[in-house]
Amino acid sequence: MAEAQLKDDQAPRKLAYVNAITEGLHEVLKEQPEAFLAGEDVAGAGSVFGYTSGLLEEFGADRVIDTPISEKGIMGLGVGAAATGCRPIIDLMFMDFLGECMDEVANQMAKMRYMFGGHARLPVTVLTMSGAGMSLAAQHSQSLEVWLTHLPGLKVVAPATPYDAKGLIISACRDDNPVFVLLNKLSLALQGEVPEGAYEVEIGKANVMREGKNLTLIAYSRMVHEAMQAADQLKEFGIDAEVIDLRSLSPLDTDTIVKSVKKTHRAVIVHEAVRFSGFGGELAAQIQELAFDYLDAPVGRVGAPFSPVPYSPSLEQSYMPNAKRIVAETRRLLGV
Amino acid sequence: MTIQATDAVLLDIHERMVRIRIFEEEAGKLMENGKVPGALHLYVGQEAVAAGVMAHLEDTDHITSTHRGHGHVVAKGGQFNEMYAELYGKAAGYCKGRGGSMHICNMEIGMLGANGIVGGGIPIAMGAAFSKKFRKTKEVAASFFGDGASNEGSFHEAANMAALYKLPLILVCENNGFGEYTRQDNHQAIVDVADRAAGYGMPGVVVDGMDAIAVYEAAGEAVARARNGEGPTLLECKTYRFYDHVGVRGMGLSYRTDEEVENWKQRDPIKLLEEKLIEQGISTKRKINALHKRVREEAMAGIKFAEDSPLPDPDGLLEDVYYVQA
Repeated sequence: MAEAQLKDDQAPRKLAYVNAITEGLHEVLKEQPEAFLAGEDVAGAGSVFGYTSGLLEEFGADRVIDTPISEKGIMGLGVGAAATGCRPIIDLMFMDFLGECMDEVANQMAKMRYMFGGHARLPVTVLTMSGAGMSLAAQHSQSLEVWLTHLPGLKVVAPATPYDAKGLIISACRDDNPVFVLLNKLSLALQGEVPEGAYEVEIGKANVMREGKNLTLIAYSRMVHEAMQAADQLKEFGIDAEVIDLRSLSPLDTDTIVKSVKKTHRAVIVHEAVRFSGFGGELAAQIQELAFDYLDAPVGRVGAPFSPVPYSPSLEQSYMPNAKRIVAETRRLLGV
Repeated sequence: MTIQATDAVLLDIHERMVRIRIFEEEAGKLMENGKVPGALHLYVGQEAVAAGVMAHLEDTDHITSTHRGHGHVVAKGGQFNEMYAELYGKAAGYCKGRGGSMHICNMEIGMLGANGIVGGGIPIAMGAAFSKKFRKTKEVAASFFGDGASNEGSFHEAANMAALYKLPLILVCENNGFGEYTRQDNHQAIVDVADRAAGYGMPGVVVDGMDAIAVYEAAGEAVARARNGEGPTLLECKTYRFYDHVGVRGMGLSYRTDEEVENWKQRDPIKLLEEKLIEQGISTKRKINALHKRVREEAMAGIKFAEDSPLPDPDGLLEDVYYVQA
């Protein structure tokens, strides 16, 4: 990296996912005086994941605020402050803690604008950490995105790359609606290209990561990288896979999905969440509604089995979807 | 420091109370006659609380309310036309017919909504109070909730955070003796909800919620503390709802005796205040009757406005789910 920079000043800067999150928050706190960041251990400790490190020193205790372990209180703080002129950024340490604050999320935050006949505006962003892979067991490893995507009034994004993590955080904080940014704990060290300064990644726009001819792999969050590996491996079976990173689950970029499936005639959906009743069910339904005549095979779904996330590494490894399983499921569906 | 009510303030409080009572009496008739859809939770009997607190608040101060929220909207300055229109589900209602009785609001006068979830408004009011401190204003927030809501975790978390951050918040517990249909002694082991304040490090005050002047004075101290940056107060007002949990019927109920209701009605907060106004020469029976008549006419005009208003266009069903940049 250092060498590359010496050779070429224009070489793109690489940053870890965790640092890209920090930069996104930094840009927002810098540009929006009404913004503050509140959550458990976000100030003094710099968050348990390290992504708010340095923000307290730069922006002060009035704007980077440690809260009690009170998720109902924290989420209510976000709702009430957003409705009265602030732009709160709320950190919900683990997505699993949604259970502690679901009323504030589902009945208050998501619905206030509608219930009030459009007379309320809620520019609140919630960051939360999802995903398995660190032996944190059943209550710190879940992917519960469908709890949120089922709620009209919320936007839900799930960045897979450092570039998107920074850009989607900035877009979320500039949006005047409640936006959940679902981060992934196993991606924190992932390196990727991240420009300096503020930039947006459009919410509701998927990213075609790789073009292909006869299969569309649809993924989001960390599973995008597993899908990319699977696409490489599928070449030897004569499959040229296109890979779509949804980036945004709600709103959903249906156009990009349908356009791709009409071209490739086959689709396999990949997510880390439990497969049963997962987001893949919605995607599969939309594909058959909008591109039925173009399909040459059933729409496949790869997800976690119908079980809580296990603790033991051996169990957890067999629980989490991966490239190997994507390849196997694709071959089964396509008979290759 | 007691803030005593001037004659003008007492008349103002009285008018707010009469407006609530008459709005609710007519709303109850509308529900009984099947004129409005949905369920109404009526505020009759508790008027002194909303009026006594709201007399201290400006439009820039924010409140959150409960499922029994009409009284708070009226006391905060809500207009009958838009309120009745909302109960009718009409496009001219405060929420364009999308919220109804349990979500009635008016952001322009700082009314952050009734709330269908017991305890749902308390963390939101705490957030509004946080915002006021963050933006370095002298504004305050108040949250109205019942004895039932004081058993919700949302109350606990919001109270702790309000005290921790010294927020300009007034937690107004309207203890009407029932959590829905369950008596207070059957839902909590304490008599005074205000006792809980000590556990959060804030003052807890008990006041007679049928005495508008007592509520006004106690609320005055709490609001002054909040405006001066001294933090939140838990103000418990002992009161009673004359009607049922939902709708009008107040007597002949299985969960309370008619005798109990009659005893509380002897202390009807409007009657108590009117006696005082006359006794102290601040008003007269004639003036009071004239006020009741004027407000009743205003209510009837509001109902007519609501009935004559168009229903929302179903084509607009999806409007306002999201804010869309113009």
